[in-house]
Formats: sequence, C-alpha cells, structure tokens
Amino acid sequence: MPAVRPLSIIESLRARIESIERRGRHARSVLAFGIAAMDARLPGGGLARGAVHEIVGGGPGAADGAAAALFAAGIAARAGGKVLWCLTRPDLFAPALAQAGLSPERVIYVQGGEEKTVLACAEEGLRHGGLGAVVAEITRLPMTASRRLQLAAEESTTLGLVLRRWWRRDEVAECGQPNAAETRWQISVLSSAPLPVPGVGRPRWRVALTRARAAEQADFELEACDDAGRLAVPAALGDRPVAQTGGRRSTAA
Amino acid sequence: MVLAVDATAAAAGLHAGMPVAQARALVPGLLIEKADPAADAAALDRLAVWAMRHYAPIAAADPPAGVIIDTTGADHLHGGETAMLVGMLARLGAAGLAARAAIADSWGAAHALARYAARPITITPPGATAEAIAPLPLAALRLSPALVAGLQTLGFVCIADLMAQPRAPLARRFGPELLCRLDQALGRLAEPISPAYPPDPIAVHRHFPEPIATPEAIAAAIAALVRPLCALLEAKGLGACRLDLICHRVDRAAQAIRIGVTRPLRDAKRLTRLLSDAIETIDPGFGIERLSLAATCAEIFEAKQHVSALIENTAPDVSDLIDRLVNRLGEDRVYRAEPVATDVPERCLRRIPPLAPETGATWPAAWPRPARLLTPPERVETLALLPDHPPVSFTWRGVRRRVACADGPERVFGEWWKRDAELAAVRDYFRIEDEAGERFWIFRAGDGENAATGSQNWFLHGIFA
Repeated sequence: MPAVRPLSIIESLRARIESIERRGRHARSVLAFGIAAMDARLPGGGLARGAVHEIVGGGPGAADGAAAALFAAGIAARAGGKVLWCLTRPDLFAPALAQAGLSPERVIYVQGGEEKTVLACAEEGLRHGGLGAVVAEITRLPMTASRRLQLAAEESTTLGLVLRRWWRRDEVAECGQPNAAETRWQISVLSSAPLPVPGVGRPRWRVALTRARAAEQADFELEACDDAGRLAVPAALGDRPVAQTGGRRSTAA
Repeated sequence: MVLAVDATAAAAGLHAGMPVAQARALVPGLLIEKADPAADAAALDRLAVWAMRHYAPIAAADPPAGVIIDTTGADHLHGGETAMLVGMLARLGAAGLAARAAIADSWGAAHALARYAARPITITPPGATAEAIAPLPLAALRLSPALVAGLQTLGFVCIADLMAQPRAPLARRFGPELLCRLDQALGRLAEPISPAYPPDPIAVHRHFPEPIATPEAIAAAIAALVRPLCALLEAKGLGACRLDLICHRVDRAAQAIRIGVTRPLRDAKRLTRLLSDAIETIDPGFGIERLSLAATCAEIFEAKQHVSALIENTAPDVSDLIDRLVNRLGEDRVYRAEPVATDVPERCLRRIPPLAPETGATWPAAWPRPARLLTPPERVETLALLPDHPPVSFTWRGVRRRVACADGPERVFGEWWKRDAELAAVRDYFRIEDEAGERFWIFRAGDGENAATGSQNWFLHGIFA
C-alpha cells in the first residue's frame, strides 16, 4: 500500500511536534464521540482532555445557543465527574441538561455576572483538576484569556468548554476572532428526523468542526444528544460517507 | 429617675428622665424594674458579638443602645444593603428587640440616621452624607446634653445650621467637642472601630516591629498566623467554619477579611490559600502594625479515615474549589439545582448549596424540556385553530415563522394551593419546529375554550436544542 508511508511520516512528525509543544507533560487522554467518522478526524481520536474547546451557535437561533449548550452538556455528561457551569445569565434550564445525561447533582452552577468573573472562575475550576468538565458561557474570548484557560486546563485532565454567546449585533464579530482554544465547533439546528405521524422527531444538528489544531475542518449532520449525552449518525446517512464541505468557514449570524 | 420606658408606658405619658415618684403618681400600679447598667452593657456586647458573627468582622457596641458594624464588603453576602438591613431588623424583631438601622459613610452619620431619620431603615449612598444628616436635630451628633441646650439657646436647631456657620467662632465658643463630632459625622475625621471579640476567642495576634504594607509581607504574615491557629483548633478538636482576619493599621483604622468554608476545616494550607486570595482587598495605607486572626465560628471537626485503596477510584474532593468560589462571589451565586415536584416549569427547580447531600432525584425524562428558558415568557402572535391544535404560524420578536411540525399539547394546571389566582389556570404547552429547523416551547394561557382558565394568549417559554 503506497499510501501508508507518507502518512506514517506525517504521523511521526505530528507526534514530535506534540512532544515539543507539551514539553514532557503527561500524555493527554481523549474523550471519543463514539462516532467513527468524527473521531477519525480529531487528533488522538476524540476531544482532548486537559484542553479548551470552543463551541458557538450557528445558523438561525444561534444567539440563544440552545443547541450549543446541549452539545456542551452532552460532552460534559460523557466526561464524567462533577461539572462546573459558569453562567453570565441564568437562562439555562437544568431539566434539559438532565435529559442530556447530566444529572443535577453533577452540575455546580456559578453565576459570575460579568465576563471577567466567569473567566476567573472557569480558570480556577480548570486548575483544580478534580472536575470532569468546566463550561464557561461568555461573549468575548480574547487571545490572552483563552491562553490562560488553555494553560490552566493543561495542568489537569479537565475538559474545558467555552460556550460563546452574544446579545447584540456588534458582538457577533467577536466570535470570529482567533484564540488559543484547541478546537472550535459550530452547532446549528436542522429540521428534526421526519416521523410517519404528526410530531417532532429526534432533533438534528449540523456539527461543524471549523477550526482545530492538527486537524482539518469537517462538517457532520448528526442526531442530537440522547439521554446519555451521545450523538448519533442519522439512520438514513449511516451507510454512506458523511457530507463534507472542507472550505466552509462561516461565523454564526 | 426613670431611665427607659416601653411603648405602653410612653403612651401613658411617661418619659425617660422624669422622677420615679411622679411616674408612680401618673400611673398607679406601675411596674418598675431596677436599672442594671452592667447587665445592659454585657447584653449590648453580646449583641455586638452576634452582629460580628452574622454580618461583618468589625462590629462593636455603641453604648448606650447601639451597635456599629463596618459593613464594607459584607453586604453582597446578604443580598445587598437593603436586604441585609431588612433581614437584620427582622431577626432582631423576632428576638423581641425593636431596632432601627442605617448605613452611611461614617460612624457618626450612621449613628445619627439610625436614631433620628424618619424611616426605620436608611441607606445613604456614598458621598451624600452631608445632605442626609443636614435636617437632623443637634442631639444626633452625639453631643453632651449641656452643649445641645447651649446651642439651642443660641437658635441652632438642626445640623444644617451648624454646617452653615464659620468654624472658628464655633470652636471658640463651644470648645473642640462640637467640631470634632461634626467632622466625625461628615467623615472628615477618622473614627476607628475597635472590634468586639467573642468571650472565648480562638484567635492569634501578631505585632510587627515595623509596619508591613506589601502583599508578599502580608501573605507571609498570614501563613505564620494560620499555623498556630490550626494548632489551637486541633487542641480543642474543632474546625473553623469562618475566619476573620483583622488588620490594624498605623492610623488606627481596622480592615477586615472574612472567609467562610462549607465544612469545618483546619488545614493550614487551604486556609492560607483562601485568605491569600483576598489580600488584594486590603488597603494597607501607611502600613499594618498588627494582624489578628480569629476563628469566629468553629464546629466540631470530624476526623475521617482516608480509604487508601490503589484500585478504588474515589470521587475527587472539590470542596476547596467551592470554598474559593463562594468566598469570591457570595453564597447565593454558587449553587446546584435540585428538582422540585411540580409541573409548572419555572418552579421545577430550587437552588441548593453546592455541597448539599446528593439525593439522586431528577426530573421526569418523558417530557422534553428546552435548553434555554425565557423568564418571563415572551408574548407571541399566533394563528392557531382552537381548542387543541398547535399554531400554524407565529411571530416572535418581529419575525414570522411557519410551523413545520408540532407536538402537544402538554397540559399544566395551576397550583391553586400556592396562589389563589391559579385556581382555574391552565397552560397548554406545544413543542413546535419551524421550517428552518428551530424548535420552540410555546404555550397558550388557558384551555382554548373557557375564559376562566386564562387569557388565551400565546407565549414563548423556551428554546429547544
């Protein structure tokens, strides 16, 4: 097989870069999505623990970030351990998190009020190391702040999730700014799975990996979290390659 | 002589200062208690210690009948200044004490406003002290009765009259006391509060030969104080629930840091860390000459045996993280959600402390709930077939959306045992999806037929993922 040799060279180079970047810190574990097509596209085969991942809403309804919040909840549910959820506004509805597999006794809410406080609390939570995941809902994530979060996360194996939210038109542009997060996901809602009877089927999302260190962009059409926080490939798509538009790079509007 | 009268006696025409014989003559069968100034003072001290335990580390008795508290940085832990004072008066009232309270920039102003302002609760915004105390009578300034009488003879009625006068003649005529009290009330002259101590303090003190001011020096001093305090706690078998660090500055002002922990603790490292987090809130001024560290609230410390199993995976302890967050933000802003057995969505959870015991309760999984809940629900204009069809289209925030598919209704009845208005109230919830794939939770107030069940208007209550 001629394709194997160059791939292995790239792999070994990646491993070397990784070891240089991490300067001998413990090897990172990953949290797999359990969807082969997704995990294959992520370095290490899943979301890296001890790193910060950014999640933004996309498409219509992006401002509410309901899908982005539930995507984060699903990841946090599967990450295990306690979860610190830092809020700026208390509009998150806990029963929905429970239905995504994140039981109420696992979530500790911190109502930070202003962004600075939320960032500080999230950093504190990441640095502590005893938590499974830390979720921070913020509007602005400048390079310095994201770098701080990333460094704090690297000290432990806690999964850092940053949920970007905005309330004014001029804040939308902020979400496109570069930062030090490991990956960036854009979650937009799609029409639910069609049912043979009247009713709303299982919700579907377009999950786009719009930026990732050491990985390419990818785009997936998935069914939303079930009661254990797992995503699924829609049945109709299960047997064919997942749609992929490599060049998509859009900010939510 | 009569020293104090209660409300009934005052209504009968008695007042403090009248001879006992005259009072007896006015009200036959009058109940007279002998004055016990020592017991009064002791009770006031106990009250000051209570205030110190409950509200802020720097509190002291303000004889004959007051308590002064330095609430700087303490109000947010009690839900703001107004909520703190309302709660304080309610607690004192429950204990049978009629009280009045005021917050102002200086001891003198707070003293005057608490006693002479019209309302029982007065809160003066920073910098507005002069206007607030101007209309109060002269006695509010803590002057001796003779001085007040002398001023009244000359036609001074309220504090505004004094503030309008040139200072030099006043000082010459009435001596230094008058201007000193006036300046103290206006905050021009510092008036340090020497904090009350509980009768059996668990406290350590440290004097510095040279005043310290740098954060590093303060941190080192804190570390050196925490160790002996932990030893004291250990000797008593206690763990600290709250620590007060009081910094006595060179200019005799006192500054305080209060930290609380969720479980009794005597781990020197963690306590030092918690105290050090708050160093930036200290203003050392010209330097700190003495530090006092006291465990003002201590409970029995239960020693736990750590299971040392290499295989077993124990849940990591996050109580130290929670302590740090609580000390930074306040108790009500770090919480867990606990399910409440009710069908009304906005009432179905309650905030509980983050380390409350885990009950394993959760919400029913059968009914989908939105990830974001709007409070209050937002009114939407709809086109819907009554009584039990979901809308065909609706307009929310100026955007008209056509409904592609819908689920429902899920009927929620009002809780008549909570509010009379909910006696017949009904909400019909629908989960709907528009043509773009956005999913919403909307409800109709009322059952669509009977006007008694609600206004029949539609509201958007949540957004599904």
